[in-house]
Amino acid sequence: MTESAAFLELAHVRKTFGAFAAVHDFELAAHRGEFVSFLGPSGCGKTTTLRMIAGFEFPDEGSISLDGKEITRLPANRRNVGMVFQSYALFPNMTVASNVGFGMRIKKRPKDAIKKRVTELLQLINMPEKADKYPYQLSGGQQQRVALARALAIEPEVLLLDEPRSALDAKIRVALRKEIRSIQRQLGITTVYVTHDQEEALSLSDRVVVMSEGRIEQIGTPAEIYNTPATPFVASFVGTLNLLAARVVDAGAGRLTVEGQEVRAARPVTEAPNRGTVTLALRPEGIELGEGGGENRLRGTVEDVSFLGSIVRVRLSLGGDAMVSFDTFNDPGLAPPGIGEAVTVSFEPQASLVVGSGPAPEVDVVAEV
Amino acid sequence: MATTMERGASRTRPARRLPTAWLGLVPFFAFTFLFIIAPVLYLVAGSFLNNEGQTTLQNYVDLTSENTQRSFLLSIEISVVTAIAGGIGGFLLAYAVIAGGLPRVLRTAMMTFCGVASNFAGVPLALAFLFTIGQLGIITVLLKNFGIDPYASGFTIYSKVGLEIVYLYFQLPLMVLIIAPAIDGLKPEWREAAENMGASSYDYWRRVALPILMPTILGSMILLFGNAFGAYATAYQLTSGTLPIVPVIIGAQIRGDVLHNPGLGYAMAMGMVVVMAVSIGLYTLLQRRAERWRR
Amino acid sequence: MKRRRTTVAWWLVFLLGLLYFFIPLYATLDFSMRAKPPFAAYTNSFADPRFLESLLYSFVVGILTVVASLALIVPTAYWVHLKVPRARPIVEFVTLLPFVIPAIVLVFGLIRIYKEPPLPLTHTDLGSNALLVFAYVVLSLPYMYRAVDVGLRAIDIRTLTEAAQSMGAGWATILLRIILPNIRVALLSGAFLTVAIVIGEFTIASYLARPAFGPYLSLLGNSKAYEPAAVAVISFALTWLAMLIIAAIGRSSRTRVEIGGAH
Repeated sequence: MTESAAFLELAHVRKTFGAFAAVHDFELAAHRGEFVSFLGPSGCGKTTTLRMIAGFEFPDEGSISLDGKEITRLPANRRNVGMVFQSYALFPNMTVASNVGFGMRIKKRPKDAIKKRVTELLQLINMPEKADKYPYQLSGGQQQRVALARALAIEPEVLLLDEPRSALDAKIRVALRKEIRSIQRQLGITTVYVTHDQEEALSLSDRVVVMSEGRIEQIGTPAEIYNTPATPFVASFVGTLNLLAARVVDAGAGRLTVEGQEVRAARPVTEAPNRGTVTLALRPEGIELGEGGGENRLRGTVEDVSFLGSIVRVRLSLGGDAMVSFDTFNDPGLAPPGIGEAVTVSFEPQASLVVGSGPAPEVDVVAEV
Repeated sequence: MATTMERGASRTRPARRLPTAWLGLVPFFAFTFLFIIAPVLYLVAGSFLNNEGQTTLQNYVDLTSENTQRSFLLSIEISVVTAIAGGIGGFLLAYAVIAGGLPRVLRTAMMTFCGVASNFAGVPLALAFLFTIGQLGIITVLLKNFGIDPYASGFTIYSKVGLEIVYLYFQLPLMVLIIAPAIDGLKPEWREAAENMGASSYDYWRRVALPILMPTILGSMILLFGNAFGAYATAYQLTSGTLPIVPVIIGAQIRGDVLHNPGLGYAMAMGMVVVMAVSIGLYTLLQRRAERWRR
Repeated sequence: MKRRRTTVAWWLVFLLGLLYFFIPLYATLDFSMRAKPPFAAYTNSFADPRFLESLLYSFVVGILTVVASLALIVPTAYWVHLKVPRARPIVEFVTLLPFVIPAIVLVFGLIRIYKEPPLPLTHTDLGSNALLVFAYVVLSLPYMYRAVDVGLRAIDIRTLTEAAQSMGAGWATILLRIILPNIRVALLSGAFLTVAIVIGEFTIASYLARPAFGPYLSLLGNSKAYEPAAVAVISFALTWLAMLIIAAIGRSSRTRVEIGGAH
C-alpha cells in the first residue's frame, strides 16, 4: 500500500438524535484504495457514520472530505459515493440490467455506453445471463451482487457497504465477501464496510475501526486489533479472548493474582496501582493443559468439555466467576479431562495481555462458533 | 393445513363422503340463489324479452338509442371525472400524511376520518352539500359577499358538476384508504438508493416511485369508477331524479314504466352489472400485479 | 434543506383536504343551529315521532341483519374451513357479488321476483321487512364474511372442534359455545359496520317502502328547512361513534377493519 495522503477524511464528526448521541468525535483518515471496516455491535453508530458519508444524514459537528473536497453538507445525490444497502434496495420495477444502468441513465449517458458498461459489470459479478430478470426472481446472494454492480456502475470514488442481511446462508456470505474483496482490489476503490461480525472484519480489511456506543475504541490493522487490543471492549469483542479480573500485587514486576493464584504479565502493569484491579486477557491458543505450556500456572475444576471434531473445547472454573475456555487438539490416544476433574493449565506471560483497569466487562467468554 | 387435510380426506375417506360435506353449505348457497342470483337472473331473462314476451335482442340494441346512450355517457363521464379527481387527490392526500413530513398524529386522524367519511354517502351527504354550495349554502353566500355569484354564472349544485363535487367526498377517502398500504410499501431505501446514484426528486418519482405505484393507482381509480357508477342515493337526494344517470333511470323504471319498455330497463340494469364486473375484475388483476413486485 | 421546502407543499395539500372535508360538516352544523331558538331544530326533530320511530326501525333491522348474517355466515365459514376447503374460492366469489351488483339493481330484481306468487313478499309488511333484512344481509356479506374469516383464521378450529367432539358436543354446541365466543372480537367490527350501513341506507329501504331512517331523512330534506340539518348532524355523529368503536376494537385486537363505499 502506498503512503498517499488521506483520501476519505472524517474529522470530529458528531451526530445526535434528540437527546441520544449516536456518534461522538469520529476521526478517520482512509487512503485511496484502502478497505476499512467499521466493526461493532448494533447501536454502536457504525451505520449512522456510514450514512453520513453517503449523505443521508448530516453531522451536527465536524467535517467529511473526499479527495480534498469537503462534502459534509453536500446532498446525497451530488456525492460520488456508491452504496450497497443492507436490504439491497433493488428497484422492483426494473430488470437487473436497468437497475445497474440506472445511475448512468440519470446522468444521460448515451445508450450504447450504458449497455457496454452494464455488460462489463454483470461479467464482473458473474451474472451476465440474468440481465433481464427482475429482483423478485433472484436469490438473496444474487440480489446483493446486483446491488454491488449497481453501486459500482457510476464509478464512485468511495464504495460503502452496509452489513449484508444475516438471512443469507453462512457459506454464501463467505463466498460473497471474498468476491467483494477481490473486486475491490481489482478496481482499487476505497471502501468502507460496516459489520458486526468480527471474523468478517478481520479477514477482509486493511484496517478496522472498532466502535462502541458511538465512540471509536480502536483503529488498526486486523493484526493490531487482535494482538494488541487497546481497551477491554476491543479485547472482548474481537477474537475469543478469556477475560479475567486480576488484582495487582506488584505493578513494577507485573505480578497479578487471579482468584488467589499468582501469575506474571508480560510487562510491568501501568493500568492500575498495587492492590488495584485490571482485566487480564488470555488467548485460548496460548493455554495448554498440564504444566508444559509456560511459566504461569492456573488450577481449576473442569466445568464443561465439548467435542468439536478435531478439537476439544474445555471450560475451566478457577473459582468465583472466573472461567477460562481453551482448546486442545483431539488426541485419540489421550483421554480428555472429565467434568469435575481438577486440572492445571499453563501459559507464557506473552500469551496474556493486561487490558485496562477495572473488572472484566460483562461479555460471554465462551467462544462463538 | 387445509390442503394436507384434503389429501388425507381423499385417502382415508371413501369418495362418496365428499358430496355430504358440501351439504353443509346448502343454506349459504340457497340464500345466495334466492337473494342474489335469482334477482339477477330475472333481470337477465327479462332483458331478452320484448313487450309481447318473445325472446329478442332488441333491448340491447335499444341500449344504443339516443336517450339511453345519453344516460350511460353521463354516468360514465361523472364516474371517470370523480375517479380521476378522487384518485389524484386521494393519492396526494395519502402521500402528504404518510410520507410528506407531517406529524404522525395527522396520519392516524386522516385514516380514521376516511374510514368514517366513506360511509357518509347518501342522503346526509347530499344535504350537507346543499348547505354548503346550494343556493343558500354558506360558501355560496360567502362568495356573494366578495361579489362572485356562482349561480348567476350558471353554476348549480343540481348539475353534473355539482354531483361530481359531492361524489368526491366519498371518492377521496376511498382512494386514501386503498393507496395508503401501497405508499407504505415504498421503501425509503429505494429513494436513498436513487439519490445515491445521482437521482433528483423528479428522477426518483418518474423512474422509481410512480412506476411501482402505478398498478395500484390505476386499479384504485378503476374501483372508484365502479363506486361512482353504481351510486344512487346521493344523486337522487340531490337532484330528485332530474339528472338522468343510469341508476336514476333504473329507479324511475322500478316505480313505473317510464321507458315504455320493461325489457330495456332490465337491459340497462345488466349494463350496469357488466360495467361493475369489468371494473372489479380489472382492479383485482392490477392488484395482483402490484403484489408481485412488493415482495 | 430541500426537505423542508417540499414539506410546506404537503401541508398545503393536507389543509386543502381538511377544508374540503370539514366545511360541509360545519355548514350542516351551522344550518342546524339557525332555527330560533338555536336548538329548536333538534328539539323539533326529537318531537317528531317519526324520527325516533324510523331510527329505531333501522336500528332493529340492523341488529336483525347482523344476527341473520352471522347465522348464515358463521356456520358456512366454519364448514368451509373445516370440511370443504375447496369451496373457499366459490364462497369468496359470492362475497364479491354485492360489489358487482349495485343496490339499485339488486332491489330492482328483488322487487320483480318477490312481487308475484309463489313468493309475494312485497304484499305484506312482514314479507317486506323480511325482504329488507335479506337484502341487507346481501349488502353486508363482503364485510361480515371477511370479519368472520379473519376471526376463524386466528384460532385453531380443527383442534377446538375435535376437543369438543371428544367430549360429546354436537355441531350446534360447538358453534355457539366454542367458535362464536372465540371470534367475538372479530365479529364486532363487522357488526358495527353493518349496523352503521343499515341505518344510513336509503335505496333499498325506499323502494321497498319501509319506514326506515334513510327514507325519513330524505323526506325531511324535501320538506323542512333546518330539521334536516339537525338530523343529518345526528346521523354523522352516530356514524362517527360507530367508527370510533370499530377503531377501538381494531386497536385492541389487531383484526383488520373493513371500509365502506358509496350508496
